[in-house]
Amino acid sequence: MRIPVAALIGLFFTSLFFLMAIFAPLIAPYGMAEVVGDVWEPPSDQFMLGTDNIGRDLLSRMIYGGQTTIFIATAATALSFITGSVLGFFAAVSGGWIDQAISRFVDLIMSIPSLIFALVVLSVMPTTVTILVVLMGLLDSTRVFRLARAVAVDITVMDYVEAARLRGEKTAWIIFREILPNALSPLVAEMGLRFIFAVLFVSTLSFLGLGVQPPQADWGGIVKENKEGINYGIAAALYPAYAIAVLCISINLVADWVLNRTTSLKGGRG
Amino acid sequence: MTDPLLKVRGLKIGATIYPPGEKARDIEIVHGVDFDLAPGKVLGLIGESGAGKSTIGLASMAYGRGGVEITGGSVEVNGRDILQSGIRDVRRLRGAEVTYVSQSAAASFNPAKKIMEQVTEAAILQGKFGRKDAEARAVELFAKLGLPDPENIGQRYPHQVSGGQLQRCMTALALCPEPDLVVFDEPTTALDVTTQIDVLAAIKDAIRDTGVAALYITHDLAVVAQVSDHIMVLRMGEMVEYGTVDQIINSPQEEYTQALVSVRSIDHEEKQPTTNPVLKVEGITARYKGTSFDVLKNINVELYPGQTLAVVGESGSGKSTLARVITGLLPPSAGKITFDGRELTPDLPTRPLEDLRELQMIYQMADTAMNPRQTVGTIIGRPLEFYFGLKGAEKQKRIQELLDEIELGTGFQDRYPAELSGGQKQRVCIARALAAKPKLIICDEVTSALDPLVADGILKLLLNLQKIEDVAYLFITHDLATVRAISDSIAVMYQGEVVRYGPKSQVMSPPFDDYTDLLLSSVPEMKLGWLEEVLASRKMESAGN
Repeated sequence: MRIPVAALIGLFFTSLFFLMAIFAPLIAPYGMAEVVGDVWEPPSDQFMLGTDNIGRDLLSRMIYGGQTTIFIATAATALSFITGSVLGFFAAVSGGWIDQAISRFVDLIMSIPSLIFALVVLSVMPTTVTILVVLMGLLDSTRVFRLARAVAVDITVMDYVEAARLRGEKTAWIIFREILPNALSPLVAEMGLRFIFAVLFVSTLSFLGLGVQPPQADWGGIVKENKEGINYGIAAALYPAYAIAVLCISINLVADWVLNRTTSLKGGRG
Repeated sequence: MTDPLLKVRGLKIGATIYPPGEKARDIEIVHGVDFDLAPGKVLGLIGESGAGKSTIGLASMAYGRGGVEITGGSVEVNGRDILQSGIRDVRRLRGAEVTYVSQSAAASFNPAKKIMEQVTEAAILQGKFGRKDAEARAVELFAKLGLPDPENIGQRYPHQVSGGQLQRCMTALALCPEPDLVVFDEPTTALDVTTQIDVLAAIKDAIRDTGVAALYITHDLAVVAQVSDHIMVLRMGEMVEYGTVDQIINSPQEEYTQALVSVRSIDHEEKQPTTNPVLKVEGITARYKGTSFDVLKNINVELYPGQTLAVVGESGSGKSTLARVITGLLPPSAGKITFDGRELTPDLPTRPLEDLRELQMIYQMADTAMNPRQTVGTIIGRPLEFYFGLKGAEKQKRIQELLDEIELGTGFQDRYPAELSGGQKQRVCIARALAAKPKLIICDEVTSALDPLVADGILKLLLNLQKIEDVAYLFITHDLATVRAISDSIAVMYQGEVVRYGPKSQVMSPPFDDYTDLLLSSVPEMKLGWLEEVLASRKMESAGN
């Protein structure tokens, strides 16, 4: 098996980001909230990316920020996929009023713009990482639900699902053994996309001041803290933006490759 | 002898395949085929799926389906080698000199345009006729092909005519530009037997009256024997035998042709009813939710242990619905079903596991009846685990026994369905049903999607297994040859009712009711002149008209 070049590039950057996130305390030259220099110092041997608006090392903030952003996005994506796909499969397999009830409820949630929904919830709830993850995960799970249900509806009418029903199998077996393996490839592709949206979403919230709270670093927060610097020609706010872009593109490259691999696997459906 | 209209020499056709997990590679699917076709003659191309017959048919229009490429040889139409001509010349040829009739008319007509517009399109585009003349010719062809109301049928949309009529419209489309050659690619395969016979007769008359030459592609030797002058038997991209119809049917030389000719000659002795039926269907009436039309009307049949009841009928006669009612997928609105002495509950979720185990089902499309992400071992092993709690070595041993029973050797356990041939897939489905040690297996058109020789093998296997396991079959089919081969008793269904029911010997012998007569007489027989004989002696028009 050969890995295409695009996927290799994607894999390289994705693993680089994830490794940096995992080993942040070991890699970062300074502490996350440590004030070590002057305000907005230019890049130098001492501070590779310079310092931020109150004199903290920007590279260290970026590394710790990446950790927070990636962790929240990963957890939220995982939560959204677990709830969204299980509910979606369940609705498709059950059919009838159960399907109607769940689907209409999801439509209701989806009719409210998710950013506004999140802002409203976060303005009344304490802004902790847990709340952020749960909120983002549940909001995103509505999108996953729609996809999972659409894919599963096609699969539930296959003869092999009917055969399983005639055999007397329980719903759990039908969902996890008959439907899930066949629905996996579109879901994996969607997972890459959803992860990227989650990164953007948490960054947006932090930029608006309702996400990760200072002094904890995250990429959206770093942009917010340093946005004034752009007026003075300071590039500090652009680094997190680059990081977000590179992460998004590389994850997409990996997701594309995984999608190609799994669809051709043993002639399964796409 | 006149110069041949179509002259094919050393035709080689290749394709690129993409096996999963491997590098794409080129294969050859037709290995050098030669034949001639004289003007006004009909050549039947016959073979199983994968024999390359459609590919050869399309190559005579210098066309290769996606990924298929003509790699060598020559195809001469009217003395010009069309493989060497440029795309402009080929375009002038298609739809004017050579036309094509495909298997599925329903999929080939554009549903948004009226039939007349599509039938005359090629003739007008190629400048053969003006619109007026083309339409006049189309009406003439509609009449010749026996379509009702030939003056106005062209104003309808494709969904407003029946499948058999649409197939005839397609023949009119192909004949409209006055071509020299028509390629018929399985034109009657998708139709019911009773409809097939009318379409076949119409095509035959049209070919005779217009003096056009034709390539007639089919897998059914009995059909091709009715319309062709010569037959070429193909197998795996090579010619097996070529000869006149008489010679191929009555004195085939090659072993493979002999097998094709003698297919469906299984002899099955009818068993007498015993005392206690394993399945008793009484007064079943059923309709689908949200409709006000009874798909099944007062059905009464019985099936005895170790025997086969064949349910025969055209599509739409309600035979598959009967299977859904018996399995509990569709609760009936009236009537009751007794299985092995106990009454079955009407809907699936309320049935005890024991009832589910003893009543198994095998589907028409083995492809969709198996989860593509499970190995053969998992597929067969699941019922063992689920019903009998078998695990580990014990389960493996039983799986192997079942694989032996269906005549697949070792090494199949770890294969995925995509790695099996059509016949092997159906065998695995049979093994899955047998794994539950059922008393009754419902077989829903299990051989319809298979090539005749493979289907024969499956039928023999089923009969054999019946002897060993003493299992009863409810065999749903539209194919009367299959019924003769396998059944002990027969129920003929027509529009939701059982019109004739009894032991095989009784159902299959006169006096017939009109519908059974139509059905029986419509099954193509492998002899010359059968079509004319049947049409002369029929009592009833087919419903699909």
